[in-house]
Amino acid sequence: MLLISCPYCGERPEEEFAFGGDASVVPPNGAGEGAPVGTETFADYLYLRDNPKGRHREHWIHRYGCQRWIEVERDTVTHEIHAVRVAGEGK
Amino acid sequence: MTGARRVPGAGLLAGAPAVSFSFDGRRHTGVAGESLATALLANGERTIARSFKYHRPRGVMGVGNEDPAGLVTLARPSGDEPNSRATMVELYDGLAARGQNAWPSVRWDMTAVTDLLSPLFPAGFYYKTFMGPAAAWPLYEKVIRRIAGLGAVPATPDTELCTSTHAHGDLLIAGGGAAGLQAALVAARAGARVLLADENPWFGLGLLGEDARIDGEPAQTWAKAALEELSGLENVTLLPRTTVAGRYEQGFVILCEKLRDGPALAGDPSPRWRLWKLRVGSTIIATGAIERPMVFANNDRPGVMTVGAVGAYLNRYGLLVGEQVVIAASDDDAHRVASQLARAGAEVTVADTRDSGSGVAAAAGVEVLWRSRVADTAGRGGVAGVQIEGPSGRRWISATIAASRGGWSPALHLYAQTGGKAVWDDARAMFVPGAPEIGAVTVGPCNGTMDLAAALAEATAASSAVCGELGYSVTSAVPTVDGADTASGIPGFATPANRKRSFVDVQNDVTIADLDLAVREGYRSIEHVKRYTTLGMGTDQGKLGNINGIRAIAEARGEPMSSVGTTRFRPPYVPLPIGAVAAHMSPEHHHPMRRTAIHDLHAQAGCVWLKAGAWLRPQFYRRGTETDLEAVNREVLAVRNNVGLVDVSTLGKIELAGPDVVTFLNRIYTNGWSTLKPGMGRYGLMLREDGVVFDDGVTMRLGESHYVMSTTSGGAGAVREWMTRLLETRWRDLNVAVVPVTEQWFAAALAGPMARDVLARVAEGFDVSNEAFPFMGARVGKIAGIPARVFRISFSGEMSYEINVPSDRAVELWKALLEAGKPEAMAPYGVESMGVLRLEKGHFVVGREADGRTTPYDLGLGRMVSSKKWFIGKEALDFPEMKNPQRRHVVGIVPVDRKQRLPGSAHLIHADQIDAVGASQGWIVSSAWSPTFDHDIALALLDGGQARHGERMLAYAPIGGGKADVEIVSPHFYDPDGGRQIG
Ligand SMILES: [Zn+2]
Repeated sequence: MLLISCPYCGERPEEEFAFGGDASVVPPNGAGEGAPVGTETFADYLYLRDNPKGRHREHWIHRYGCQRWIEVERDTVTHEIHAVRVAGEGK
Repeated sequence: MTGARRVPGAGLLAGAPAVSFSFDGRRHTGVAGESLATALLANGERTIARSFKYHRPRGVMGVGNEDPAGLVTLARPSGDEPNSRATMVELYDGLAARGQNAWPSVRWDMTAVTDLLSPLFPAGFYYKTFMGPAAAWPLYEKVIRRIAGLGAVPATPDTELCTSTHAHGDLLIAGGGAAGLQAALVAARAGARVLLADENPWFGLGLLGEDARIDGEPAQTWAKAALEELSGLENVTLLPRTTVAGRYEQGFVILCEKLRDGPALAGDPSPRWRLWKLRVGSTIIATGAIERPMVFANNDRPGVMTVGAVGAYLNRYGLLVGEQVVIAASDDDAHRVASQLARAGAEVTVADTRDSGSGVAAAAGVEVLWRSRVADTAGRGGVAGVQIEGPSGRRWISATIAASRGGWSPALHLYAQTGGKAVWDDARAMFVPGAPEIGAVTVGPCNGTMDLAAALAEATAASSAVCGELGYSVTSAVPTVDGADTASGIPGFATPANRKRSFVDVQNDVTIADLDLAVREGYRSIEHVKRYTTLGMGTDQGKLGNINGIRAIAEARGEPMSSVGTTRFRPPYVPLPIGAVAAHMSPEHHHPMRRTAIHDLHAQAGCVWLKAGAWLRPQFYRRGTETDLEAVNREVLAVRNNVGLVDVSTLGKIELAGPDVVTFLNRIYTNGWSTLKPGMGRYGLMLREDGVVFDDGVTMRLGESHYVMSTTSGGAGAVREWMTRLLETRWRDLNVAVVPVTEQWFAAALAGPMARDVLARVAEGFDVSNEAFPFMGARVGKIAGIPARVFRISFSGEMSYEINVPSDRAVELWKALLEAGKPEAMAPYGVESMGVLRLEKGHFVVGREADGRTTPYDLGLGRMVSSKKWFIGKEALDFPEMKNPQRRHVVGIVPVDRKQRLPGSAHLIHADQIDAVGASQGWIVSSAWSPTFDHDIALALLDGGQARHGERMLAYAPIGGGKADVEIVSPHFYDPDGGRQIG
């Protein structure tokens, strides 16, 4: 079980968090105004994810803690956590 | 008789009281605290189990968790415990055990006929034989379940108390043998917080029978002193009977502690199992090595054991397992065990594959045969004779025990569980840990270091290094060792001639011939061979047999051991009792049950409770002798014709504030929010990015930039997380505060044509008239003197007011409303009645009609989808498939014969297609008796349903067989124009 250092709360066990998927994925439809995007491109964004071996930036929410979203950089093989930062600041 | 007998005064339990126990109904006497396996052996019980596939007799082979065969069912007052390892159960007075996987008993097993048929049961037999047809599977399953398997799943829940605990420490030491004790001493003296765990009731067991001296003392004296010192230190936690079961990332370790085997004594609150969830800086793995048997023909008979086990039964439990013992080995330690057995009175023969070696056995009167090995065994129900093959050919000798040691296999499971790779070491003929893993270090035999002095040096170094990293200064030195056995020759593997009866995995009946066959059939990867042949599966996970299996595969492939490798090691190291994993979380504590603020009032009103997600809610309120249906009908009709009161405080409530709330709402809801005025609300539909309906609810605008959103009861958490995710990751420029307030507000709804009359009696500070307070209006004022927010919204389809007050005023409000409703004889109604009302109205529910696949169009809510703006899910809604007219739509269903009830769990098919594959065109999702219409109504999802109103179909429940002719109708049964909620 991971030990995640929440930037707001400090080190907490994985049980307090929920996984939120790949943080490196950028929505292709712009910053919220719905820029036009082709069906193929949008379907790729919805359904296709890389499955990298090694470092992976991912979103987690500290559900049973501060309830804030954070970004965790985790090694998918060793589960080593290289960095934890406030969500949205790693871009 | 087997010749097993107790040696007076020997073993750790000398002087312990005698207790009585039973096996398969036979009464025996044993020694309290010895293992059940010991007691069975001492009482001449040789066959205590039957093998998985061939039902061959199985006896005790090992002494600890490595034993593959000695699985029994413990019959306890708290319920049966199947697959208990006889080697690990401590004997208590009254213990009752029985054999398993046999009928009528392990001694006389009629299903053992499968053994005679074993040529018909090769590797992959089940895969090859039970291929089809699919319809025959129920029959196959019955047969397979009868003849293959282990213990039976208990019929009743285990009532034993189990618990779990969290703990932290600097250093965990797994294994309390010589290396573990030394590592613990070093760290404990340095001041580190140390936990030392061993699965046995005693520490230092590996030193039993050891002739070597440590620091000038007999090894046992050293171990006792070490334990005494550790016991006296406050920074040390000693955990006997505790198995380190799983090691995970970042120092997380799972330990399973057995607090007792005996039943709980009256008034004794001690649990049976305790699961430790440990977070430590580092783990020193000192789990030793597992003895590897030699493989020879008929090496699965009761009486075939490992050398170490035979020695341990003598030195630990004072039991000589047989009067005539053959020991097959290739190291000096085995000669020492042989000499001990001889001194205890056994007639011992040693067959050693080497040219020469230790003379201690010969000196004790043991016949030692060099360049010899065991080739075969004979005997019914257990070993009676052993065939030895040597330079002068083969000969049979009389013996009841055939003990072998083909080498050692480091118990590196905990190292490998996090991904550490076991690498084959030709020189030592064993898999040893490869590159170091983060947060763990292996020492001693677990690291392939079999020599005692070297193991102690390794433990000292490892513990010192860990302590140094943690900032403790170490003062301990490496203990001196003299008189230990010197390193032995390379055991090597023999290649037995009778491959069909040479077992590598005695629990799963895997022979060398099975592995040969698997390789011939093209299975190469050890992982595939494992699953095809069942090698190393089951409760022991091949602790004893895997390496011999890998060797056989390597031979069949004609490649070295290193290219075969091991299967993946996964936690847990040993099977864990489910009770220990569940601990106190079972069953009602698994998830907290949420109760609304007026829970007690509901109970006093005689409600019937319903578990709705995380909430406990009133289903309906029974009066007198009403049936469930009568109560619901009464409540529904009261709302339709008069007025009712319902607790709706489980609905999610989220406050939104800030200058950008409107922008935000426009992006997350399908409909537009720019024109919503303060004091008014709007129904909204929220989609996932893939266009599927995610949640719905009404959002009220309370002030210029202050809104309160309501969500479904189940979606409150997910909606909040979704909104904060968007605001914290994607739209950090939007200035919106999101505050969940579900628990802060209690909400009750007055519903029915008389609702306004009741409201008028308690409302203060606002006009309740239809003109002043229209449908979808929001008012802030007081209700019965309590500060309140009142929303005029409707789920029932009737005129309805949702009254929100601070949760601590809930009881006051509820009582005041009931009082105000007295002229109308207003009564509360429950969730079931609310469900009927919404069904009559044709409202969908997230999680039912909106089932994670439905779009707004499927729900008939295309009008909710704005074409003037962007919103989440828009791109996906524009996918061509989303507007396919053949998608599944929500429709209404009524029985053609209105007096007929609709079957539950029914599919919609054409009447002539009963039981045809693929006939289903949809299914009934929600159905109920409608007291308003006096017949059953239902909502269904139906292919292309929006264009099929008026069509007739058959509602058919394949399970149960219920059917009814039905008509497809509009889902809006009641007041389709919505006049009643507006008026
Ligand atoms: Zn936090």
